[in-house]
Amino acid sequence: MAKDYIIDIQHLSKSFGGVKVLDDINFYVRRGEFVTLLGPSGCGKTTLLRQIAGFIAPDEGKILLDGKDISGIPPYQRPLNTVFQRYALFPHLDVYDNIAFGLKLQKLPAKEIEARVKKMLKMVSMTDYEDRSVESLSGGQQQRVAIARALVNYPKVLLLDEPLAALDLKMRKDMQLELKEIHRKMGITFIYVTHDQEEALTLSDTIVVLNEGRIQQIGTPTDIYNEPVNCFVADFIGESNILKGRMIRDRRVAFIKQEFDCVDEGFGENVPVDVVVRPEDIYFTTDPAKCQFKAKVNSCTFKGVHYEMWVDTESGYELMIQDYDPYPVGTEVMLYIDPDDIQVMHKERTRNVFDAKVTDSGHVEMLGQSWDCEVPDGFAAGDEAVAEVRFEDVELLDHQEDGKIAGEVHFLLYKGDHYHLTILTEDGDHIWVDTNDIWDKGDLVGVDIPAKGIKLIRRND
Amino acid sequence: MVIFVVLPLILIVMYAFQDGTGHFTLSNITRFFTDSDSLSTFALSIEVAIENTLICILLGYPAAWILANRELNRSAVTVMLFIMPMWINALMRTLATAELFNVLGFTLGKGTLLFGMVYDYLPFMIYPIYNTLLKMDKSYAEAAEDLGAPPMKVFWKVTVPLSMPGVMSGVLMVFMPTVSTFAISEFLTNNKIKLFGTIIQENINSSMWNYGAALAFIMLIIIGITSLMGGSDNSEAEGGLV
Repeated sequence: MAKDYIIDIQHLSKSFGGVKVLDDINFYVRRGEFVTLLGPSGCGKTTLLRQIAGFIAPDEGKILLDGKDISGIPPYQRPLNTVFQRYALFPHLDVYDNIAFGLKLQKLPAKEIEARVKKMLKMVSMTDYEDRSVESLSGGQQQRVAIARALVNYPKVLLLDEPLAALDLKMRKDMQLELKEIHRKMGITFIYVTHDQEEALTLSDTIVVLNEGRIQQIGTPTDIYNEPVNCFVADFIGESNILKGRMIRDRRVAFIKQEFDCVDEGFGENVPVDVVVRPEDIYFTTDPAKCQFKAKVNSCTFKGVHYEMWVDTESGYELMIQDYDPYPVGTEVMLYIDPDDIQVMHKERTRNVFDAKVTDSGHVEMLGQSWDCEVPDGFAAGDEAVAEVRFEDVELLDHQEDGKIAGEVHFLLYKGDHYHLTILTEDGDHIWVDTNDIWDKGDLVGVDIPAKGIKLIRRND
Repeated sequence: MVIFVVLPLILIVMYAFQDGTGHFTLSNITRFFTDSDSLSTFALSIEVAIENTLICILLGYPAAWILANRELNRSAVTVMLFIMPMWINALMRTLATAELFNVLGFTLGKGTLLFGMVYDYLPFMIYPIYNTLLKMDKSYAEAAEDLGAPPMKVFWKVTVPLSMPGVMSGVLMVFMPTVSTFAISEFLTNNKIKLFGTIIQENINSSMWNYGAALAFIMLIIIGITSLMGGSDNSEAEGGLV
């Protein structure tokens, strides 16, 4: 089976200046497949692509092309070509010479070069532009030339680094369709990098979702959309309601303070979980027998094809619903969710866990600071311990200097009745916080944890 | 601007077309074109200037390339070391060089002349090229490499053509002043070799203002034509010195 993989990436890691940009990346690409590396900026996707192209050497791991490790081979010897984010067309050459650049290096006969360049120009609908200087072309035209320049060499794999990011929305949509068409016609394997989830869903056979240097999920667009494995994927791909829940038993889950039938099994009984319900999967009904819960519409916005409504449930949660029919603000509505449309996910964490060291009966050291703490009996000064802090016990302060630790809001999720924040401290630690206050991504905050909130547990080793 | 640029220019033109008594004449100009001494000095000046410029390119381009390469040169201090000589008065450097040659017992001649010129003008070649290379988008070289070009091919097919604006402004800054230089030839050849700048200076020194002005005027015209030729397609040359 392994023979079918044109690219096979094994245990790839890369650090820059001590920061791990990619952490144990494993995935493979089938011959002829359209694979998208999807993630927010800074997730490592471009670094990964540049390693495949050969511009960055991995610290650890292997990149196999047709079963052979190419890690030590320089870019100019790899049978791969790249479409660069800002095209990087040679300004001193015209369109024809840009496209012919790779073929001339291979010293092909002039006739063959001409035939192949012309064929490519036709493929990207740029015939008649061959004598134009690349600087006289529009962004979309430059994009086409960049694609032709890469594809004319018939690479084994075409690497595309956010190729459409610089185009306006309309042009981007057109180019997406064209790219898909080119992929189909040429039969060449594409590895595509983007931060645009919609683009990834439209184009890809397989999506690899990356965040903070790790693969979050690999799957087809429908898999990724319908069955996200964690909150990050659910939040990043499409709109979603992400809610705290509890798996009662197989096929039965509780959230927004009531129980629902679902289709998930194997979580165990009475286990905390996260539940994802897509806004288009919450239905309005007028039939009291079908109604599972009631809510009141608190906002309604027209979004082109559908209306986006926020409703307050009787149990005190806020949910987003998308529907073709609007319900005026203030309307009492009856709602239900199909068991199929409830996606249950393992909770990645239920509390903060830090390494701590007891300094005296009233203090511990953790996260590089000394904290007041009610040290339980049985701990002596110098003992190593584990400190647990519940998400809701962490306090966030407006000014970094007011807190014990300075940090930045790194990621946030709305969970229906509260926000779940990831705080990245200046030392690079993560602290997770549940709060009702509204913060934005990138806000600088001070972090404090009251003595009561720190629970020391003996380390079992 | 008017006092320092326009007025002297007007004066040069006025003197160039006057005889000693202040009457209009073309004789100063025609004298240059009929005087074989002046013409051969002029030809020699151009020759020396071309040689100097070529040597400056050959030495300056690799130097600029190394300075602009972050893997080979990690500090701006090395760049400063190359640029620093420009801060010292050229006359002083030339005198020092001449003294050095005397101490070492070199015969002063064309070799020492060229050495002095290269020494004086090399920074003016390095700096614009360095600037262009430094500002060059690295993705061009990457794209070439990605398309199958080994490092040498990347250099010749992409880096060199894209750094031409820097080379051009380097050429302008080296070639033009070399044509009119006189101090270097005076000190480094003991006036054995006379350049165009030298005869202008001699004429003016011996109060032959009109012929001197005519020669200066001819030189201006030639410089003007060359810079128009060189500068027309790089009017936005990225390598400006300041």
